[in-house]
Amino acid sequence: MTDVYIYDAVRSPRGKGKADGSLHEVTAVRMAANALNELKSRTNLDDSLVEDVILGCVTGVGEQGACLARSAVLYAGWDQSVPGLHINRFCASGMEAVNLAANQIRGGAGDIYVAGGVEMMSRVPMSSDGGALAVDPYLAMSSYFAPQGVSADLIATKYGFSRDDVDAYAVESQKRAAKARGEGRFTSLFTVRDQNGLTILDHDEFIRPETSMQTLGALKPSFKDMGEVMPGFDKVMMLRYPEVERVNHVHHAGNSSGIVDGAAAVLIGSKEAGERLGLKPRARIRATARIGSEPAIMLTGPVPVTEKILAASGMKIGDIDLFEVNEAFAAVPLLFMQHFGVDHGVANVNGGAIAMGHPLGATGAMIIGAALDEMERADKATALATLCVAGGMGAATIIERV
Amino acid sequence: MAIFNYKVDADGVAVISWDLPGASMNVMTEEGIAEIDAAFDKALGDDAVKAIVLTSAKKDFAGGMDLKILGRARAAAEAAGRPAAEAIFEGVMRMHRLLRKIELAGMDFKTKKGGKPVAWAAPGTAAGIGLELGLACHRRFVADNPKAKIGLPEILVGIFPGAGGTTRLVRMLGVMGASPFLFEGKMMAPKAAKAAGAIDEIVAPDDLLSAAKAWALSATDADIVKPWDAKGYKMPGGAPYQPAGFMTMAGGIAMIHGRTQGAYPAPKALMSAIYEGALVDFDTAIRIEARWMTNVMLEPSSAAMIRSLFLNKEALEKGAVRPKDVPEMKVKKLGVLGAGMMGAGIAYVSLRAGIDVVLMDRDQAAADKGLATITGLLDSDVKAKRLTGEARDEALSRVTATPDYKALKGADLIVEAVFEDAGVKEKVTKLAEAEIPEDAIFATNTSTLPISELAKASRNAERFIGIHFFSPVHRMMLVEIIKGEKTGDEAVAKALDFVRQLRKTPIVVNDARFFYANRCIIPYGGEAARMVAEGVEPALIENAAKQLGFPLGPLQLGDETSIDLAEKIMRATKEGMGKDYPENPGDDVVQALFDAGRLGRKTRAGYFDYDENGKRTGLWRGIHEQFPLAEVQPDVTEVQHRLMLTQVLEAVKALEEGVLEDIREGDVGAILGWGFAPWSGGPFSWIDMLGPKEVVRICDALAQKHGARFSAPKLLRDVADRGESFYGRAEASNAA
Repeated sequence: MTDVYIYDAVRSPRGKGKADGSLHEVTAVRMAANALNELKSRTNLDDSLVEDVILGCVTGVGEQGACLARSAVLYAGWDQSVPGLHINRFCASGMEAVNLAANQIRGGAGDIYVAGGVEMMSRVPMSSDGGALAVDPYLAMSSYFAPQGVSADLIATKYGFSRDDVDAYAVESQKRAAKARGEGRFTSLFTVRDQNGLTILDHDEFIRPETSMQTLGALKPSFKDMGEVMPGFDKVMMLRYPEVERVNHVHHAGNSSGIVDGAAAVLIGSKEAGERLGLKPRARIRATARIGSEPAIMLTGPVPVTEKILAASGMKIGDIDLFEVNEAFAAVPLLFMQHFGVDHGVANVNGGAIAMGHPLGATGAMIIGAALDEMERADKATALATLCVAGGMGAATIIERV
Repeated sequence: MAIFNYKVDADGVAVISWDLPGASMNVMTEEGIAEIDAAFDKALGDDAVKAIVLTSAKKDFAGGMDLKILGRARAAAEAAGRPAAEAIFEGVMRMHRLLRKIELAGMDFKTKKGGKPVAWAAPGTAAGIGLELGLACHRRFVADNPKAKIGLPEILVGIFPGAGGTTRLVRMLGVMGASPFLFEGKMMAPKAAKAAGAIDEIVAPDDLLSAAKAWALSATDADIVKPWDAKGYKMPGGAPYQPAGFMTMAGGIAMIHGRTQGAYPAPKALMSAIYEGALVDFDTAIRIEARWMTNVMLEPSSAAMIRSLFLNKEALEKGAVRPKDVPEMKVKKLGVLGAGMMGAGIAYVSLRAGIDVVLMDRDQAAADKGLATITGLLDSDVKAKRLTGEARDEALSRVTATPDYKALKGADLIVEAVFEDAGVKEKVTKLAEAEIPEDAIFATNTSTLPISELAKASRNAERFIGIHFFSPVHRMMLVEIIKGEKTGDEAVAKALDFVRQLRKTPIVVNDARFFYANRCIIPYGGEAARMVAEGVEPALIENAAKQLGFPLGPLQLGDETSIDLAEKIMRATKEGMGKDYPENPGDDVVQALFDAGRLGRKTRAGYFDYDENGKRTGLWRGIHEQFPLAEVQPDVTEVQHRLMLTQVLEAVKALEEGVLEDIREGDVGAILGWGFAPWSGGPFSWIDMLGPKEVVRICDALAQKHGARFSAPKLLRDVADRGESFYGRAEASNAA
């Protein structure tokens, strides 16, 4: 099969996902187009050679609706021959875009793809696209639906992560992100500019370096009331996990991923395509995987999908030098590290979504870029990126330097 | 017409009046459906008719659908070689067409003009199809009748309102507003029903018909267009994909799922009918409602619930097992011996039933204490508006609290509820019988002592019987009547008539250790204690039981009924059975709690920990010091089978040994007596639902792994081997 390479990866800074966030004024389609054109200018890309642009975006309504990818291609002024594909695998959408592009090339459907994602959470609120998962009674009851935060608390309960454990993890994420930002480690980062070339945002603005156990300790658990009182999702969790006496509610805004705006894009191609474009590959995409997992606890996907991708690529966990495990909630990377015996020293080394935020549709592509940047900086050979996904899914990508 | 009278008055109002012959309460039958359909056709087709009033000639409007229709529809379908689903769906759609015809009342659907106003006039209670008919009418009038109850109780017997009641009420009141009717089956007084928005007007009983007629004659075209048939209709509280509606739906699902522990098919189907119906127009919505209704009626659980909780419960209340030749023996004057919790409770429910009561105890102070309990219960009735102040005073005027046996003079029934000690019981039996008429009946409320033994203290064992109430007496609906060896028919009849006066549900069983209910429930706690001893996670035990539909987990039940009681029963049973007593490592768990002074909720320590207010704070983990948690935990299904079968096999053995004479009593008694998984219809229904062969297979596997107590009794094995079912067998023997 054709080997597939990453030629470059870019990402926007992550803006606070509220009306006072710096990126709030930027439309989703312009953000996506910005990412495409940043990638184009960094690689001096002839866009007419691109087979397809695949973009992940979770909340596909309003300005993010109706095949955002094609809208972005047109907005960016790329050649009309380049189509666009808008995909949604919730939080792994950006990663799935990359994986899908890679596998298209492997399968021989073209040899140059741009993949990435966008989510302007300050402009198109999360969950505003409805969806049957939570409200179709047959589906919600047979899959024991609960909001993600309750599921994350269930993970903490089942696998023994205390409030101190998850808070300590969050403090460390903030510390690492602040350090990485300070040292300028994010080489894939680009500056978001307006139509006049003026800077709108050039850094991740969600990071709170001052975060401490004390400041987090003051926060109330966010999912306690909906779990224990109204409407009582804990009871639903215990229907699925009857060995649990009660759910220990440990997650709050400070140890969960932040709501932010952002976009990312990755240029992917075969070896020959790179030669044609005159580009040197930064990494090879060694393997991709996706999986469905138990939907009530929902966020354990990184464990089975990692087992699956390791088996598929004939690797062991010890063969991986670096890990990016999306910090949807602190319990998710904690479970991953506990299960595989992975040291925190090699996982999320520059912080993650707890500190920097989680622009749903873009994050998957962003963490592949983050792994790539860090592999080069620290001179490591192999990295694995993975995300937990709503509805009980997981996705993973293994990349290696060439 | 025989069921629906039809009359057009001088003003051109057609009055369609429901009057099912030979019944005190209207119920909807196949014939009734055909008649009301024809009556509306006639009224809508007659130009001389300007308006229509649908009412009842009885004191109530209707009690609901004749639930036997379901069985008949199924049987008819089978006989015709058609799938039951097809026949049921057709039957439900027929109701929809009828009610939709009433609702549209001949109007031109495009212009919404030309329909005939239909007023609904209910003189009293309207339940189920009774209210659903009202909801299809254009305005609902209910008489100001203090006994009237308005509601849709379908969910309580395992189905849901399936003649448009679901779709209409949700569109009228929103999901939240309709919930108490649909999901709780709440029956409301007219005032509350009006406040909730289910009915429009409450009028003086004498003005009911005239008010309804007057409205119908003056109603305009616009008055009779339902909101959902008008342009721009929006569902109150928001449809599922509007922000507020989304939250309501997601939250509602979790609430219902948690509350019902996922054990009941009907609330799930109801939820789906609401959700799917809310996304489409009305006529599509009722078709969806019919599909889910059909789905739920095909559920074995629904059929079993209807059978036990409606048909058989009613049959038992109406005297299905009463000796036929004994004339009515209503109780007029009751003597209650012992004024403790049970005695006072029995006295209270008897007073509420209009019976004169003498409440006795060893001294005036003890008797007065019982009287105070009664007064407290009556006061709370007044406070909750279940009773007027005058009615309370009248009830209190009928009770005498005294230590004097002479006061029992003229009593026709005695219920003895003194301390569980054969000597004490013998003494009071003799003292009381010295004062009461020869033909009076003497009953004991013992829960542990053999009736035939206690009967030896009586002057006439034929007129001696067990009447076993459950605690708290005023809440528990089951009464277990126990025949001693010599108990005669009159004593049985008397006990049954007494229970009927109390509006409770009786079962009649024969005398054996722990009778029926306790015999089944005690091993439930015993098996749970055994699992704790084995190191099964206690939360798993509790949740497994709740998911089976038990109101309390067995450990919580142990704490509620108290650990010292469990210890006492354990000790007494050991003494009673001697070397036949089956060893149970769970006994060590009970003993450990007992020795640690953890006697349950009353000591704020037991299987659970409690706060100073007696609220459970969590499982007591100290138990694991002596009984450590096992590394490998069992599957929840195995835990459930163990908890279920310890009860079910006792029920089968009770039947096998003749303690239980009728499986209907076994099923109804289990649900009402100890909250046995109502969705299953009772232990025998549960076996039939799983299939006796499958149950035997589970028994064999459990017996191999956990011991002979799970061996299938011969009776169960025979039923399985013959490919029969318990109900199939019972029906066959009834037919023979």
